[in-house]
Amino acid sequence: MIRAEHLVKTYLLGGQEVHALDDVSLAIAPGEMVAIRGPSGSGKSTLMNIMGCLDRPDSGHYYLAGEDVSRLGRNALAEIRNRRIGFIFQNFNLLPRMTALENVELPLHYAGRSDASAAAKEALAIVGLGDRSHHEPNQLSGGQRQRVAVARALVTNPAILLADEPTGALDSKTGEEILTLFKSLNAQGRTILVVTHDASVAAHCQREIYIHDGKITTPPTVVCEDVEEIAGVLERAED
Amino acid sequence: MLFWMIVKVAFKSLMANKLRSMLAMLGIIIGVMAVIAMLAIGTGAKQQILDRISAMGTNLLIIRPSQRGTAGVMSGTQLNLTDDDAKAVLEKVDHVHSLAPCVGRNYQVKFLNQNTNTQILGTTPTYLAIRDFEIDTGRMFTDFDVDHWNRVCVLGPVTATNLFGFSDAVGETVKINGINFLVTGVLKSKGDQGWFNPDDQVIVPYTVDMHILMGVDSLREIDVQADEGADLDDVQEDMYSVMRQRHKIQRGAPDDVMIQNQAQFVDAFSATATTFTILLGTVGGISLLVGGIGIMNIMLVTVTERTREIGIRKAIGAREFDILSQFLIEAMLMSAVGGLTGVAMGIGSAWLVGKLVPEFPTIVRPYSIVLALVFSAGVGIFFGFYPATRAAKLDPIEALRYE
Repeated sequence: MIRAEHLVKTYLLGGQEVHALDDVSLAIAPGEMVAIRGPSGSGKSTLMNIMGCLDRPDSGHYYLAGEDVSRLGRNALAEIRNRRIGFIFQNFNLLPRMTALENVELPLHYAGRSDASAAAKEALAIVGLGDRSHHEPNQLSGGQRQRVAVARALVTNPAILLADEPTGALDSKTGEEILTLFKSLNAQGRTILVVTHDASVAAHCQREIYIHDGKITTPPTVVCEDVEEIAGVLERAED
Repeated sequence: MLFWMIVKVAFKSLMANKLRSMLAMLGIIIGVMAVIAMLAIGTGAKQQILDRISAMGTNLLIIRPSQRGTAGVMSGTQLNLTDDDAKAVLEKVDHVHSLAPCVGRNYQVKFLNQNTNTQILGTTPTYLAIRDFEIDTGRMFTDFDVDHWNRVCVLGPVTATNLFGFSDAVGETVKINGINFLVTGVLKSKGDQGWFNPDDQVIVPYTVDMHILMGVDSLREIDVQADEGADLDDVQEDMYSVMRQRHKIQRGAPDDVMIQNQAQFVDAFSATATTFTILLGTVGGISLLVGGIGIMNIMLVTVTERTREIGIRKAIGAREFDILSQFLIEAMLMSAVGGLTGVAMGIGSAWLVGKLVPEFPTIVRPYSIVLALVFSAGVGIFFGFYPATRAAKLDPIEALRYE
């Protein structure tokens, strides 16, 4: 279903080359729920941007539902994002001044679909917010906002749900609820990719891909886990 | 994305920043208002001039002696236009309906202890029809009076009031330069024409004016009325050739008379008035342009402020065209609302100017409204395009990261 082959992405930072991705290959089968884990600066955001078709690799190939999308133009990528990918962000990224329903309808409008309202209502019902569809984001709690974001990601029936630190802005109880929602969606056959630095979030997934310094490696031993926790705390402090 | 959806979103985001949107629109409002009000003043002035020209009479041609002089130095008017010239024009030129020889000079006019200094115009009874005058009370003097040098006169209404107040002037005797004249009638008022008030003059038989008052034997001008529908330029050409023949002008020598026709007056003054209108309209147009810059400024701020929103929209599948049209429609909506408000205020202010300053009659023509609206929509597109392009070209990753 999803296959990445020899992805390379290099940035120039202050005249110095940084290898954000250094020959990364991976494959994800349909119906899997996979975590991509790594400390901050490991290249997991770059990997997620490429897998989400927001960015293109310098070299290598990325196949989404059998199609090589690594060389498409900007507008073609926008269409791929619209139809094949559902994004869920750390800070929800809902549009203000629009109701939950309008937020969920938005990808369908960009797809030019006329049945937007009905499909959006259905998606909101799936995430358990059928009764909140006419509330604006600032009238909803953090957990509810993230559910709206999940509904928006689901509504186009994409090949993959991409969640970037989906619990990062939530308290642990609400975070658990969102992860439970993910698991139930996965049980219905959804392919889900969760990008996180948090081992406990990754533990909810069936499989974990650990990335460090732009390479896929085995996770470090327990001793290093502490270091990673510190890194996690630092990252949260930064955010 | 559906068009009305974009308009709804654009309207919402304008309403979210009411004061800012209002201020940005204010430039367009004032600009459109200025265009409409200025064009209304220009059009009004033009109409006023055309009305004055048509008040001079219809199908009018005027023959005058040309200025004497060499190498551009004028040294006075020639005294070469005679009564016989007038008779020849009437006989030999086709499509001449009627004509009136004219002489004139200012004299003191007295009635009892009242006196006034005004133009004494010597002419024939046909003058009234040619120059579109009408008699208010009494009657016009006759061709018999002209032929027999009878000392009779017709007063302009202003002159009559100056000498007689509100009492009837007809049948009284006034002294012009010390000579008694019988008042046979008073003219109807035509209104002040700006450069000359036709209501303040005394009309006498031209024979009397020439031989008794002034002691001259040449005419000041010959006013000619051409037949209805005649080509004034053709009539003018014929008159020139008759005059050259009579005055024995050799081939190649310049004319010694100057003939103007009313169509030329209209053309000359219309051209001036049009220039005036264009000038005023341009002033309005420049303020509209400045208003457009205001819109561009606000749109740039809006795009920066909403960078994150643009990133989100792109992440969920908005193409560049979707973003471009969203911001472009927002700018156009602003200029359209501003434009319509400006039209209303422009019509209002034109009306107000016409009320408060009677010297500036204003006329709002539909074309000026269309012009102002098209121009303001154009300004919206033109100045909205750059900010909208900037929004459309944003990198989604950068935009999503924007705080």
